[in-house]
Amino acid sequence: MRVELRGITKRFPGVVANADVDLEVDGGQVLALLGENGAGKSTLMNVLFGLYEPDGGEILLDGSPVRFASPAASIAAGIGMVHQHFMLVPVFSVLENVMLGVETTTRLGGLDRRAARARLVELSAAYNLQVDPDADVEDLSVGAQQRVEILKALYRQADCLILDEPTAVLTPPEIDDLFRIITTLTESGRSVIFISHKLGEVRRIADRITVLRRGEVVGTTTPAESSEADLAALMVGREVQLVVDKSPARPGQPVLRVEGLRVLDERGVAVVDGVSFEVAAGEIVAVAGVQGNGQTELVEALAGLRAVDAGTVHLDGEDVTGLQPRRLLERGMAHVPEDRQRDGVVGAFPVRDNLVLNTFRRRPFARGLRIDRRAIRDNASRLMADFDIRAASPEVAAATLSGGNQQKVIVAREFGHADRLLIAAQPTRGLDVGSIQYIHRRIVDKRDEGAAVLLVSTELDEVLALADRVIVVFRGHIVGTVPRADATRDHLGLLMAGATA
Amino acid sequence: MSAALARAGRVALVPALAIFSALAVGGLIIVVSDSTALRDWSSFVANPGRALSTSWDVVSGAYGALFRTSLGGRRAISETLLEATPLVLTGLSVTFAFRAGLFNIGGDGQFLAGALTSVYVGFSLDIPAALHLPLALAAGVAAGALWGGIAGVLKARTGAHEVITTIMLNFVALRLVDYALSTDVFRRTGRSDPISKQVLETARLPRFSDDLRVHAGLVLALVTAYGVWWLLFRSTTGFRVRAVGASPSAARYAGMAVGGTWVLSMLVAGGLAGLAGATTVLGVRFSLTGGFSNLGFDAIALALLGRSHPAGVVAAALLFGVLRAGATGMAAEASTPVDIIVVIQALVIVFVAAPSLIRSVYRIGAGRGTGPVAFSSSWGS
Amino acid sequence: MTAATRAAGVLTTSQAAERRRARTIGVVFLLAAAVMGAGFGLGVEAGLDSTFGLNVRGTGAELPDLVVPSRLVAAVLAVVCAGLGGVQLARGFTRRLPAVAAVVAVCFVAAFLTWAAAGASFNLTGMLQSTLLRATPLALGACAGVLCERAGVVNIALEGMMLTAAFTGALVASAAGDQLVGVVGAVAVGGLLGLVLALLSIRYRVDQIIGGTVINIFALGLTSFLSQKVFSEYQELNSPGVLRVVRIPLLAELPVLGPVLFANNLFVYAMLLLVPLLTIGLFRTRWGLRVRAVGEHPRAADTVGIDVLQVRYRTVVLGGMVAGLAGAFFTLGSVGRFDENMTAGRGFIALAALIFGRWHPVGALAAALVFGFAESLQSKLAILSTPIPSEFLLMAPYLVTLLVVAGVVGRSRAPAADGQPYVKG
Repeated sequence: MRVELRGITKRFPGVVANADVDLEVDGGQVLALLGENGAGKSTLMNVLFGLYEPDGGEILLDGSPVRFASPAASIAAGIGMVHQHFMLVPVFSVLENVMLGVETTTRLGGLDRRAARARLVELSAAYNLQVDPDADVEDLSVGAQQRVEILKALYRQADCLILDEPTAVLTPPEIDDLFRIITTLTESGRSVIFISHKLGEVRRIADRITVLRRGEVVGTTTPAESSEADLAALMVGREVQLVVDKSPARPGQPVLRVEGLRVLDERGVAVVDGVSFEVAAGEIVAVAGVQGNGQTELVEALAGLRAVDAGTVHLDGEDVTGLQPRRLLERGMAHVPEDRQRDGVVGAFPVRDNLVLNTFRRRPFARGLRIDRRAIRDNASRLMADFDIRAASPEVAAATLSGGNQQKVIVAREFGHADRLLIAAQPTRGLDVGSIQYIHRRIVDKRDEGAAVLLVSTELDEVLALADRVIVVFRGHIVGTVPRADATRDHLGLLMAGATA
Repeated sequence: MSAALARAGRVALVPALAIFSALAVGGLIIVVSDSTALRDWSSFVANPGRALSTSWDVVSGAYGALFRTSLGGRRAISETLLEATPLVLTGLSVTFAFRAGLFNIGGDGQFLAGALTSVYVGFSLDIPAALHLPLALAAGVAAGALWGGIAGVLKARTGAHEVITTIMLNFVALRLVDYALSTDVFRRTGRSDPISKQVLETARLPRFSDDLRVHAGLVLALVTAYGVWWLLFRSTTGFRVRAVGASPSAARYAGMAVGGTWVLSMLVAGGLAGLAGATTVLGVRFSLTGGFSNLGFDAIALALLGRSHPAGVVAAALLFGVLRAGATGMAAEASTPVDIIVVIQALVIVFVAAPSLIRSVYRIGAGRGTGPVAFSSSWGS
Repeated sequence: MTAATRAAGVLTTSQAAERRRARTIGVVFLLAAAVMGAGFGLGVEAGLDSTFGLNVRGTGAELPDLVVPSRLVAAVLAVVCAGLGGVQLARGFTRRLPAVAAVVAVCFVAAFLTWAAAGASFNLTGMLQSTLLRATPLALGACAGVLCERAGVVNIALEGMMLTAAFTGALVASAAGDQLVGVVGAVAVGGLLGLVLALLSIRYRVDQIIGGTVINIFALGLTSFLSQKVFSEYQELNSPGVLRVVRIPLLAELPVLGPVLFANNLFVYAMLLLVPLLTIGLFRTRWGLRVRAVGEHPRAADTVGIDVLQVRYRTVVLGGMVAGLAGAFFTLGSVGRFDENMTAGRGFIALAALIFGRWHPVGALAAALVFGFAESLQSKLAILSTPIPSEFLLMAPYLVTLLVVAGVVGRSRAPAADGQPYVKG
């Protein structure tokens, strides 16, 4: 099916998410929609899927204009969407999830599972999408859940499939599987819209690429016509300068020493196992890997937020395994958490209180039980100036700040007491380039002040820009430790896919 | 100065409109349930004037009696303050828990636990007043704190939703009091109905004047309100409580003990409700009978109306004190059953909890106020 | 760490917790056996008999009373439980554990009754009948809660809905002179309050706990106000009478089963019908699949074209209607008159039954039966003069629920989106 969007505009209070966007994809084609986080990709696709009504513009399917007031209308017209966060009911079986909304019923009004199952089995054979129809979705792997989502769309006879950031949570082999499935889909004449911000993947799978920046189309091209550098430039609007100006590291005494660490997830599965490494004062060690290979749990364990099942953690030679976050803080450890909105700031609190969120008990902010509000205010004015935090006043709620400014609040707070060790998890995810460069600069400065820095990032560019040494993790194990000098994109990529060094 | 006044006005606007609306709807219910007014309304077309004037007479008669009984004179005001005393404390109890992100629906149970323990200390010990009264009060606070603390511990240790546990603990407390009052330890000698022995003179809260019932518990409640305000907004403990309430995960990442804060908050909340029970048995009733006070539910209204701020709670408690104290007069003079007060309180909660409702009725723009609270998430376990 | 210990260490924490739990349950079985043997068995003088009456006045088939030696029966039951506890400790019943636990519970209750009735007579059939009767409003109320909460709306307003419906039932039935009309009125008012809850929580996005609390307070105030204002003046408006007992031909003549199951009023039959209907509806039909999807993951339901808010409105109104039926029981199925606050917290017990019953109609019925049993036992024990204070039996439903939500006796999982308002987009 040929899908065209013409002049789509979508406004939210205070922002224009999509401005006059044109887009088209033919049957049998893969169109990649490329853009940074917040460029308006998801909004655009939600318009096409009928979740939002556009403020302007039109949608054409095979040349005729349509209006979608709801997802039901869009589904009926042959649009299928696989959302970034899967839209599956965890406690339902695969079959129930697939039939939900388009249930076939028996004459008595009951669910006709038999008929639905027959169709599901047929589809999954035809497109080589293996799933057990009777398994509960919550027991399935992420890759399998994605297959269920695709089957769900096919079951509804989708002619155009939208895949929103489908590779974000997949391992490299799973990505290969997905790409094979996409090829099968296009061979059957369907059109696919592939949303991503990963340049390599986009060039690998797309027939055509449309780049979105700040809600506008800034270019449409093909993989053959443009290199990754071209695409990156289009995406961010200027030549990317991710290289940070820094001198070679001068590592001192080891600060963090991790030995044989094992950490379990909520289901009791060891997601970090047998991990040992060291970080010395004055060096940045980066933990690279595809999202979901144990990084989150590793950081939580180091920061005292998750139980250590086996192994030890030493800080400056002292065994700190299993210490509470507060005790680690007292020993000079700082932590920039991965999910800044949920874990980094208290949204309802003013900026000034967020800036002392973990130091409010200490002098000069408190004397005994009493809080010194003047000291907290003075601290806020100073840090807001030092770290260029743009907020109307220290009194405004942190939730009203932009992502970049929220992150600066966290950085300002954490860097203040990162005397020995700084753990920064995905410190620049979803930020604008200006904020990224600023935070990178600050991290290098911290290193040069003599702190040990553990950077956890899924972005290879960030790893390459900052690291003095790279640790690559795969399925909870360290599969390679690479000095910066030997670290190339290809080499790290191979390790991240599970090849041993 | 004027900016501060304007801010206070904005904060008070919705509560004020809520009270006004609740009284208006309450008036409507009074009219609808009045047989004379109803008769006149049935002949509305023939004589519209009479229907309206009768309705006005009925409503103004009822509300007039209400305000006369609660504010007309020294004794009336004493009764109002007397009613307000436990309301301030239970309102603070719900407020403190609210601030920690917890919904303490267990005020009734904590009140009973406090009252039962205070009454026991009050009648069983024979010691000087200087010791007896503080001990009886402290016992009530401790028992209330224990009762609230159970819910806190269950939440922190097992994730059990505090709404469910506090509701269940209310009924457990109710039955426990029933049982206690059936035993010889508690039951007044020579009585077969469930009523406890009398609190001794040495454990009673002093009154301001011999002919007025209002007692030193009022001062205690106001001092406590100040203390709660200080604890919440000027102390490190309050900082922690509010951070945990606003974002448990961010609080945890910042090194705060979330579970411990929940337990602490429920201890404090329970202690406050327990103190309400203590002042009631040591200040007015001097004995305990079974049954809920229903103060726990009023307290939710108070916390919402007072915007979860101690000063607001005191103001709201005084208002509810007026309603409660006036209700008896209204029943006697205008034969309007006292339960209309309960209806009005329920309406106040609706209007305060649904600012969008008030805004759509009065067509005022959306303020930047706090968003809707959500306590019902992560229900069950 | 050697390779061997490493492999052994694969045992995950959840498995370890599972083992701990299995062991705890075994110990609980043994403790129960100990109480039964030492308390109920040795607690009575040797040679006493317990007499159980099996007939209820006016039923057809008469059975002789069941007379058993008190000590022996308690001892035998204790041995059975001890055996089961031993097996549980030794190797554990895995899949059959719920059934085994039920057997232990039944043994315990039987031993308790034998002990309580030692040297006296106790009407077993009568108590079963009263258990079912007392369980009826609880089960109906819990089913109302199942409906609302499966669709993602927390309903702690059951108490208020039931109370208002009880009032309306009495008023309408008295005015119309027909109890069935009263039932219809009660159901309608329940539906109306369901709509209020739905509007508050869906349109005005009031926190659902607060919305429910409001309805509870409002219902208590309004019904008390109106009953004082209206019923005291016009007493004829508060004399609806009770729905008569309908005896099912032939079946009602069966011994024991007849009087317990087949000689009841409309409410009991409605409840016994509703539970399976609701189970099939929720788990076997399109309607149920959609309701559950909306309660578990509303956004997913939205993306497949289901109108989340509409489903919620409809289901909550339906839930309100069922709560209305539960409420009508008090005036039209039991007392024949409205009294102030006559539900006396039964709505909260229904809520407890809903949680204890794991948000499932059958579970809710089972929980309601347990709670109804505790209630009727409490009234019967007074006659038998046992040393157990009746207040503690009345406490049982609440204590059991506390244990359940704390995860002490198994966990129950609420629908994932229960209590969360849904905002589109």
